[in-house]
Amino acid sequence: MTGFRFSRLVAGVAVLAGIGTAAYAASEAMSPHVEPQKWSFDGPFGTFDRAEVQRGFQVYRDVCSACHGLSLVAYRNLTDLGLKEDEVKDLIKDIQVQDGPNDVGEMFDRNAKLSDRFKKPFANEQASRAANNGAYPPDLSLLAKAAETESEGGIPVIRSFITKLHNTGADHIFGVLTGYRDYSKLTAADRISLGIPANFKLGEGMYFNIHFKGFQIAMPPPLENGTVTFFGDAPNKLDDMARDVATFLTWAAEPKMEERKRTGVKVVLFLLAMAGLMYAIKRKIWSNVAH
Amino acid sequence: MSASHNQPTGFTNPVIKWIDYRLPIFSYIEKEYHTFPTPRNFNYFWNFGAIATVMLVLMIVSGIALAMHYTPHVDYAFNSVERIMRDVNFGWLLRYMHMNGASFFFIAVYVHIFRGMYYGSFKAPRELLWILGVVILLLMMATAFMGYVLPWGQMSFWGATVITNLFSAIPWVGDSIVTWLWGGFSVDNPTLNRFFSLHYLLPFVIVGVVGLHVVALHVHGSNNPTGIDPKGPQDTLPFHPYYTMKDGFGLTVFLTIFAIFVFFAPNFFGESVNYLVANPLATPEHIVPEWYFLPFYAILRSVPDKLIGVLAMFASIGVLFILPWLDRAKVRSGAFRPIFKVAFWFLIVDCLVLGYVGANPPEGFLVWLGRLGTLYYFFHFVILLPLLSKIETPLPLPNSIAEAVLKKSGHAPAAAE
Repeated sequence: MTGFRFSRLVAGVAVLAGIGTAAYAASEAMSPHVEPQKWSFDGPFGTFDRAEVQRGFQVYRDVCSACHGLSLVAYRNLTDLGLKEDEVKDLIKDIQVQDGPNDVGEMFDRNAKLSDRFKKPFANEQASRAANNGAYPPDLSLLAKAAETESEGGIPVIRSFITKLHNTGADHIFGVLTGYRDYSKLTAADRISLGIPANFKLGEGMYFNIHFKGFQIAMPPPLENGTVTFFGDAPNKLDDMARDVATFLTWAAEPKMEERKRTGVKVVLFLLAMAGLMYAIKRKIWSNVAH
Repeated sequence: MSASHNQPTGFTNPVIKWIDYRLPIFSYIEKEYHTFPTPRNFNYFWNFGAIATVMLVLMIVSGIALAMHYTPHVDYAFNSVERIMRDVNFGWLLRYMHMNGASFFFIAVYVHIFRGMYYGSFKAPRELLWILGVVILLLMMATAFMGYVLPWGQMSFWGATVITNLFSAIPWVGDSIVTWLWGGFSVDNPTLNRFFSLHYLLPFVIVGVVGLHVVALHVHGSNNPTGIDPKGPQDTLPFHPYYTMKDGFGLTVFLTIFAIFVFFAPNFFGESVNYLVANPLATPEHIVPEWYFLPFYAILRSVPDKLIGVLAMFASIGVLFILPWLDRAKVRSGAFRPIFKVAFWFLIVDCLVLGYVGANPPEGFLVWLGRLGTLYYFFHFVILLPLLSKIETPLPLPNSIAEAVLKKSGHAPAAAE
C-alpha cells in the first residue's frame, strides 16, 4: 500500500521535473547564453572567498563606482568581508558626504562615517544620464539577484532546484564584463553560432557584447587585463577581476547569505532528527492498532 | 457544546474544574481534539489540513513581525524590505519564511483540495464544509496577490496593474471600478496603502472562516479513504494521540522541505525582476504571476475576449462552489470509482499543463494548448462529473472501515482490538 503510493509520488515528481526541464530549456534560448561559472559561494555550504571578495570591492571602488552606486550597502558592512574597523575607517577617510541642514539651515560636507551608505556617484538620475551619454548606470546593490542569465519567461515554479542553488546573477555579471568583442571582426559563422539576428545593428555609441541582452550595451568595456593592481600582486587578468567583482556584488546583494546557510544546516538537521523521533513515537503509539 | 448544565466533567485539577464550570474550554478541547472519534484509516493526505493551519499561523506571526519594519509608501517600500533583509535582526529569515511560506501554504491547500476531490469529501453532509474551504481559497488568493505587491518591485507593480485592470472588462462601470480600486488613475501610493491595509486584515478573516470550517468538520467528522461512514467504535480512534502524532510527523516532514527552500533556495519561487524597484515607465518583458495563480492566468489568457476571459477565470474557481451538485455519485471515494479515478488524474495533468502555459508567453502552440486545457478543465467539472455520476458502476464497497483496514493489513477480523 505504502509502496504503491510512493510510486505515485515518484511519478508526480518525474512529471514535474520533465516539465521543468523543458521550460528551462525553452527560456534559456531567449537570452544570450552565459557559461555557468564555479563560485566560492555555490551550494549549501558555500561561503564568499574573503580574498576574492576584498579584491572585488577594490575593483568596484577603483572602476565601477565612478558611475554605479551601491546605495543599499553601508561602509560598516565592509567589516563582513574580513576588514577591520580601522581599515574601513582608513578606506573612507577621504570621502566627503553632504549632511545637514545645520543650525543655521545650511547643508554642509563632512567626512563619511561607518554608518553611511555608499556615496552615490551622481546626485540623481538626471545628472547621471547627463554624464553618461543619456544612459543610466544602474545601482549595483541588487544586480546579482535581479539579473539571472535565464530568468526571462522562465517557469519559476519548477525551474531546476540545482540551477537556483547556483548563483546565475554572478554568471551574468561575469559574462557581461568578459563579453565585449570587436563587432567589425565577427565572421558570418560567428554571428550564427552566437545567435545574433540577421537584422542586428549596433547602435550609435553602443558597445557590442555577446553576453548582454540584445548584444549591445551602453557601458564602454570597464575592465581589461591589468586595470586594477591588487595587493600582493594577485592575478589581475580580465577574467580574474570580473570574477572578483561578481563575487563582491553577490555579497552586496545578499550579505546575510553565509548566516542564512549556517542557520539552515542547523535547522534542517534539527528538523530531520525531530521527524525521526516523531516517526518512532508515531509507530509506537500505532503499534497496538491494525492499520 | 454538549457540556450542558451541571454535567460533571471528570477534571480533577481544581483550577481547571473552576474555569471549565464557567467557560468550558477544557471540555471543548477534550471533546474535539482528544476523544474526538476519527476514522482509523487516514492516509498521509489527511495531514494537509493540519499543515495548512500551521502555515496560516506561521504566515500571520512572521507577517506581524515584518509589518513592524515595513513602510507602505511607494518611495520607501522597496528599500524598507531591503532594510529588513540587511539590518533587522533575523529580518532575512522573517522575510524568506513569509515569501516561501505563501508558496508552501498554497502547496498544502492544493493537496488538501485535491484530496477532498478524490475521496469525495465535499459530498453530503459536508457540502458547506467544502464551500467554506473554497471561500478560504478565494481569501488566500486575494491576500497573496496583495502581499506580492507590497515589496514594490517590478513584478509587484506590473502584476498589480494587470490584475486590477481585469475589472475594466466589466461593461459600463469597469473603468470607474478600476479607478476606485486604485484610489487614483494608476497603481500608485493609495493602491499600495490599501493593499497593505487589506493584506493585514484578510488573514484574520481567513482565521475566522477556518474556525467555521473546523466547526462544520466536527459536526459529522472527517471523511476517510474508503468514503464510507464509521459505523461504530471499531471504525474510529481517538484523535489524540493517534492523529496528533501522525499529523505531527507529517508536519515535521513538510517543514523540513520548507526549511530547505527558505535557507538554501529562498528565491526559487520568486521572480528575479522583483529585485528591481517598481518603474511605471518600464514594463518587464513578461509579466507572470506567482506560480499558484498560473493555471488561472492561463485560463484568462486562453479566451480572446477580455470580459469572457475574466469571467472564465472566476468561473474556474466558482465551479468549485457547486462541485457537490456536479459530482452526484453516491459513492464518495475515488478508490471505488474506476472511471472517475482516471478522470481525476487527467484533471491533475490538465492543471499542470495550464500552469505551464500560464508561465510562458502565449505564442504558437501554447495558445492552443491553453485553450484545450481550459476547455478540458470545464469539461471535467460541468460535463464529465455529472455524466459519470449517472453511468459509472462503482466497485463493491467494504462493509465497514474496520473490515477494509484489516483486509489491507493482512489481519484476520478476529484480531481486531
